[in-house]
Amino acid sequence: MIQLDINGKTHSYDGDPSMPLLWFLRDVANLTGTKYGCGMALCGACTVHLDGQAVRSCVTPVAAAVGKKITTVEAVGHDKVGHAVQAAWQKLDVVQCGYCQSGQIMSATALLRSNKKPSDADIDAAMSGNVCRCATYVRIRAAIHEAAASLAA
Amino acid sequence: MNDISRGILIVNESRRRFLQGAGGLALGIYTGAAFADSGTAAPGSAGGGLVGAGNFEPNAFVRIGTDNSVTVVAKHLEMGQGTFTGLATLVAEELDADWELVRVEGAPADNNKYKNLLMGIQLTGGSTAMANSWEQMRKAGAAARAMLVAAAAQEWKVAPASISVAKGWVHSKNGHKASFGQLALKAAQQPVPQDVALKDPKDFQLIGKQKLHRKDHADKTNGSAVFTQDYKLPDMLVAVVAHPQRFGAVPRTVNADKARAVPNVVEVVQFGGDNKTRFSGVAVLAKNTWAARSGRDALEIDWDESGAFRLGSEQIMAQYREMAGKDGLVARKEGDAAAAFAAKPAKLIEAEYELPYLAHSAMEPLNCLVKLGDGSCEIVNGEQMHTPDQGAVAALLGITPDKVSITQLYAGGSFGRRANPHADYVLEAVAIAKAAWDKGVKVPVKLVWTREDDTRAGYYRPMFFHKARLGLDGGGKLVAWQHHVVAQSIIKGTAFEGFMVKDGIDATSVEGVADMPYAVPNLRVELSTPDNIGVPVQWWRSVGHSANAFVKESLVDEAAVAAGQDPYEYRRALLGGAPRLKAVLELAAAKADWGRPLKPGAAGEKRGRGIAVHESFNSYVAQVAEVTVKPDGSFKVDRVVCAVDCGVAINPDVVAAQMQGGIGYGLSAALHGAITLKDGVVQESNFHQYIPLRINEMPAVEVHIVPSAEKPTGVGEPGTPPIAPALCNALFNATGKRIRRLPVADQMSA
Repeated sequence: MIQLDINGKTHSYDGDPSMPLLWFLRDVANLTGTKYGCGMALCGACTVHLDGQAVRSCVTPVAAAVGKKITTVEAVGHDKVGHAVQAAWQKLDVVQCGYCQSGQIMSATALLRSNKKPSDADIDAAMSGNVCRCATYVRIRAAIHEAAASLAA
Repeated sequence: MNDISRGILIVNESRRRFLQGAGGLALGIYTGAAFADSGTAAPGSAGGGLVGAGNFEPNAFVRIGTDNSVTVVAKHLEMGQGTFTGLATLVAEELDADWELVRVEGAPADNNKYKNLLMGIQLTGGSTAMANSWEQMRKAGAAARAMLVAAAAQEWKVAPASISVAKGWVHSKNGHKASFGQLALKAAQQPVPQDVALKDPKDFQLIGKQKLHRKDHADKTNGSAVFTQDYKLPDMLVAVVAHPQRFGAVPRTVNADKARAVPNVVEVVQFGGDNKTRFSGVAVLAKNTWAARSGRDALEIDWDESGAFRLGSEQIMAQYREMAGKDGLVARKEGDAAAAFAAKPAKLIEAEYELPYLAHSAMEPLNCLVKLGDGSCEIVNGEQMHTPDQGAVAALLGITPDKVSITQLYAGGSFGRRANPHADYVLEAVAIAKAAWDKGVKVPVKLVWTREDDTRAGYYRPMFFHKARLGLDGGGKLVAWQHHVVAQSIIKGTAFEGFMVKDGIDATSVEGVADMPYAVPNLRVELSTPDNIGVPVQWWRSVGHSANAFVKESLVDEAAVAAGQDPYEYRRALLGGAPRLKAVLELAAAKADWGRPLKPGAAGEKRGRGIAVHESFNSYVAQVAEVTVKPDGSFKVDRVVCAVDCGVAINPDVVAAQMQGGIGYGLSAALHGAITLKDGVVQESNFHQYIPLRINEMPAVEVHIVPSAEKPTGVGEPGTPPIAPALCNALFNATGKRIRRLPVADQMSA
């Protein structure tokens, strides 16, 4: 029996330990904010935090998440950086179809935790693993700057 | 989708007809589903038979709850383009609602209530959502407002003329005040007005006036937005499919033993191959996605490829080149191009342009949930084409369309793909659910495609080959233009054929070239349509314009260069008959400082600027792209300045977002996009091969909107066509290298 700590709650699982965490979150834990986009860590739609680090849950086996704190988009707003990122996203109306945005927000939050004032180049480097087919990139850049400014205030 | 507003199916929904329709609707009393903290209501609740007391529903588009909530029923799919926000803005404007209390839900399938007034069927496409709803939604809001006023007048025993409405509150001159919610029940008892006056645009409070936040921005940032991928029903199974690797192949034998041995796999079914569904294959049904996928990967299938398509992209293009050398069907003829060329113009340009197949590649891979009943079918889907899908599902199951219900959820992108005129993936889902049902597995089934399935299953933007000859006189003026387009028809063989294919010419194949606005005295555009290519094709954001604007705007640039003239001024001189195009061209050039030299790059870098202007879907867009090319040929698009005239900009910020996104989508294709076939097999599978634009490649984008009092037109698609030519014209400006084949890929380094 595997125990997983997801958003501060313990979940038990006795299935295939090699199943990617993404499918546990979505199909077992019913946390559907984390999205499937590629299954190969190419698009970032599945990004979650493991002990605060952004990881691609589509290639992270459930077994690899044991003993770590898993945070998903549903709970990232409980933290002040995550909250600031969500608020900036809303203020600038970043979203279009919205499908990739959970992953974008998780990656942006991880970036701002390690870099309080990222430049455009820092943002491009940290966010280039997150694909948005609606190409909301102009606003993603602006929203990360906005969140950084609000956290510095 | 095609601009069929210029076509035949225009339905002139008169004011009288609308009001008769509205009057015929039951004034239902419904319980308010309280989702007041969210901008959008619970999925599937539209028309879902809510009962009890608490709401006022004056027509099919508005519901006002005793909790003061205003629910707008959106007849168009929200796939990112902002329809939910735009439709709500129109209703709220005339209703004088409190924007913060307005929420939106997707409409069910009901062609009588929710048809696209420009198309006659319930469909989201052709960048028509605002254009066809402009009066209808405002009237819906105005009718509701009038009934609230009538209720207040009755309640307070005052004249309606003494009553005003603002931000969800109704006031009388003599001091009475009530919220919408307080008046809702009484309003529901009022007669539906036989005529309603709409506001003078100078009195607009919401339309075009201020930044209104998107109605879907909260649920799409906290993970609570529900897409088809997220929707679950009790006992639902997930289906993952094995498609053939070549179009037209069918399973000969299937060994599913290993698939069935995967824990949580429940059933394996074969589907299709019956001329009713577009695909055939094998589906593995399981209790979760991972099990279904693992089961799918464990299938052993021997495919019968005797009827499969086996050409490669290079062979297809070679065939197209040959076809372009022969006569085609004439799509446009002005003057006498042959005579003009026979007279030997001073300068001659001969060019061939090539464009690849493109996948839509929305972030949410295609999926569809089906719940069969005895003689009924419920579909839950990011539904873009309610009426045709409803009909197709009914035909497949042998039931009547009214037995097919559709719940419209958000779509995680579409770019045209979810409006499949053959209902391909919807029918696949239904066929799988039916096959399972017939085996006694009578549960809801959700079909989910993997990214690889989504990339390889066809319905691509067609490949295009263009052959053109342009003649200039001694002064550089265009005197002759002969043009031959070769492309598969998107429309032939679909229900749209009757009004979008005329005299053998699919309008979408030549749009953007045949209707070019440039004043060329001798112009001839021909089309050849191959009928032997088994690769399924479909509309892709801006349809034919996505290819044809690139060729037209590149060729005009070539002409300007040959004439030794400035590409902006050259276009401007040719646009005397197209004032709105000319205006956006001038605006983009002015905002981009076209007349001033670009700031030079670092040592060894070359900088360049390119311009393009194009009309699609009755909107007018010009773009200036600025590039920096390094000595090794790698380059960056630094900035794009975009000017758009879309009539009244209902939500200026949404318009700007659609231009930004349309540019990014077009740039993605121009830089990297190509689906290629070898021996009939699609070579790309996932994002490492079908390469999307990433944030590090996204230029700064400035959007300038032309103030306009004209009726609103679309913005979902028109931002896309000009970017590829603006980019390639900039690359030429920087380096002298002309790109005539997309994607650019590594051509600048070659």
